[in-house]
Amino acid sequence: MTEQEAVIREPRFTIAKRTSIVWWKAWLIRLCAIVLALICSGVVSYLITRDNPLSIYAVMLDGAFGTKRRIWGLMQNLAMLLCVSIAVTPAFKMRFWNIGAEGQVLVGGLASAACMILFGETLPNAVLLLVMFITSIAAGAVWAVIPAVFRARWRTNETLFTLMMNYIAIQLVAFFVYKWSVPKGSGQVGVINRASRAGWLPAIGNNDYLLNILIVFLVTAIMYVYLRYSKHGFEISVVGESENTARYIGIPVQKVILRTMLISGAISGLAGLLLVAGTDHTISRDTAAGRGFTAIMVSWLAKFDPVFMILTSFLIVFLEKGATEISTAFALNESFSDIITGIIIFFIIGCEFFIQYTVKFKKKEAE
Amino acid sequence: MWADFLQRAIMQGIPLLYGSTGEIMTEKSGNLNLGIPGIMYVGGIGGVIGAFLYEQNTAVLNPFLAVFLPLMCSILASLLMGLIYCFLTVSLRANQNVTGLALTTFGVGIGNFFGGSLAKLAGSDVPSINLTATSNYFRQSLPFAKDLGWFGQIFLSHGFLTYLAIAIALGCSFVLTKTRVGLYLRAVGENPATADAAGISVGTYKYLATCIGSVIAGLGGLSYVMDYANGVWSNDGFGDRGWLAIALVIFAVWRPNLSILGSILFGGLYIIHNYIPDLDVSGQELFKMIPYLVTIVFLVVTSIGRKREAQPPASLGLPYFREER
Repeated sequence: MTEQEAVIREPRFTIAKRTSIVWWKAWLIRLCAIVLALICSGVVSYLITRDNPLSIYAVMLDGAFGTKRRIWGLMQNLAMLLCVSIAVTPAFKMRFWNIGAEGQVLVGGLASAACMILFGETLPNAVLLLVMFITSIAAGAVWAVIPAVFRARWRTNETLFTLMMNYIAIQLVAFFVYKWSVPKGSGQVGVINRASRAGWLPAIGNNDYLLNILIVFLVTAIMYVYLRYSKHGFEISVVGESENTARYIGIPVQKVILRTMLISGAISGLAGLLLVAGTDHTISRDTAAGRGFTAIMVSWLAKFDPVFMILTSFLIVFLEKGATEISTAFALNESFSDIITGIIIFFIIGCEFFIQYTVKFKKKEAE
Repeated sequence: MWADFLQRAIMQGIPLLYGSTGEIMTEKSGNLNLGIPGIMYVGGIGGVIGAFLYEQNTAVLNPFLAVFLPLMCSILASLLMGLIYCFLTVSLRANQNVTGLALTTFGVGIGNFFGGSLAKLAGSDVPSINLTATSNYFRQSLPFAKDLGWFGQIFLSHGFLTYLAIAIALGCSFVLTKTRVGLYLRAVGENPATADAAGISVGTYKYLATCIGSVIAGLGGLSYVMDYANGVWSNDGFGDRGWLAIALVIFAVWRPNLSILGSILFGGLYIIHNYIPDLDVSGQELFKMIPYLVTIVFLVVTSIGRKREAQPPASLGLPYFREER
């Protein structure tokens, strides 16, 4: 061994990309991450509440599944989050960072609220519902296509553009909420058409939310087929992998970007309709409740696969419900659920590294 | 009235200035940290926790400690947030947008949670967190400011955090454009592969820039609570200022010195509705839209113009793995 070689320091470990990983190994890693995350959030909960960690988990389960009403609430929230996640997915698959779902949902909701207020007394209910569907889907689509046009034509940064569009939508909603507020000047719209129920999505049997859930289920199934088996879906993934490749094999990139964002925005608009006409029957600047942002994490965690998204959105909604129950049970602030959600997402984001890469430790060689 | 408006515009603008200076440093290294709103919440609540514990445990406040302890707590808290972001995106190569948004959820959650439950957790029976005593030390302005009329009101009536913000922005501007470290940092943000080949440690630069950026942004949260809100923490009181800070980054074309003027402009736009006569509440909401509209117009114009200096760092938002080429 020469002097020269002796001073070269060997790295302690090297990182290499895995070529492939057995599916169960990948899921084992994810499961480990979730378990670790639950332990970590259990520790945090314990530090704050000083209660037995196991009983904390029991409280969480009770908060999510305790009563029939809670289960339906969970399903409804899951459906709404899933709907927004499905909406952002085609755009993400194309590597178009649409973080404007919050705004797209809001303008969709705003459009249906406007129809309910303006035409609630004049149009027959079936026609009203049709008009609401058309306007809210169109509103969401328009809101999404504006950044897409600039991205496709001038490569304007879409992440920042869609982000700004959110706040324009929020202020627009705030403006109309004051315009329509009942009683005047209260800053709240209140339940729209409480007596006539005009423009409310009909309940199936006894259940107000069942129709929402069915619609979202249908959209999920269609999106799964669309992304996996259609020509459009193929074009989206090629553009996502490399725009140059797409151009080379003759895919009209600009058209694909516009079309995909149109679909993305349309589904967001639909989610807005479901929230306003099928859930809250009112509108406020909090109607989307941050789902536009949470959906991005849901979609990414599921690797943009609509079926896995059911699982990941369930995980997030379960955590939210459970942690909300903890905060009520221990008289803590309800933002506790955001902390827990954050911790869990950090762990899941982190574990993807160990699925994609292997870390090889170098053994110290004896002198 | 003009002096009053400008003074308030500066007060509103300073948290934005901290946030945008921090985000500019971060983005110059190629990291698009969408966790800034969360980090600013954490910076704010970190200072509040420090000040609250100190006020609760001491009868007579020592002026130096009353400023120093909250400052340190705030810096430490936002540094931790920056480290989480770096560890996930740089070391574990996670997606920056997802990590940033998760960080915002987490940070806003921490802010609101401790803001709502701190008194209860600390076993104290005060109904809400009111740190006027500490805030007064933070807001201590020059004694002769009042005697100088409008000049004093606009320029000298602020607490030290205001001048610190401007100093930091100027300092960052200097580092970015005039020093070798800044050159290397910009190289990392523009083209990490080239920087790596030139022997610049990409990871170290990303870590340092992002963590320093987080600390600066966190100070924005502190300055909001102590300077603007008089030491009273109200949940969600900080509002969407974090996103406005990110908008300001675009408006300032990634230059901290321009960001100083931009922040005063944005601060003015944020409160201009109070100065327009006969404006009803709904009209105010429309006026609050202006900063975002301005940013979008600016973003579009710069992208159409394709002026080199006005573009985002070329590798912004993209992860860098040496072995993937």
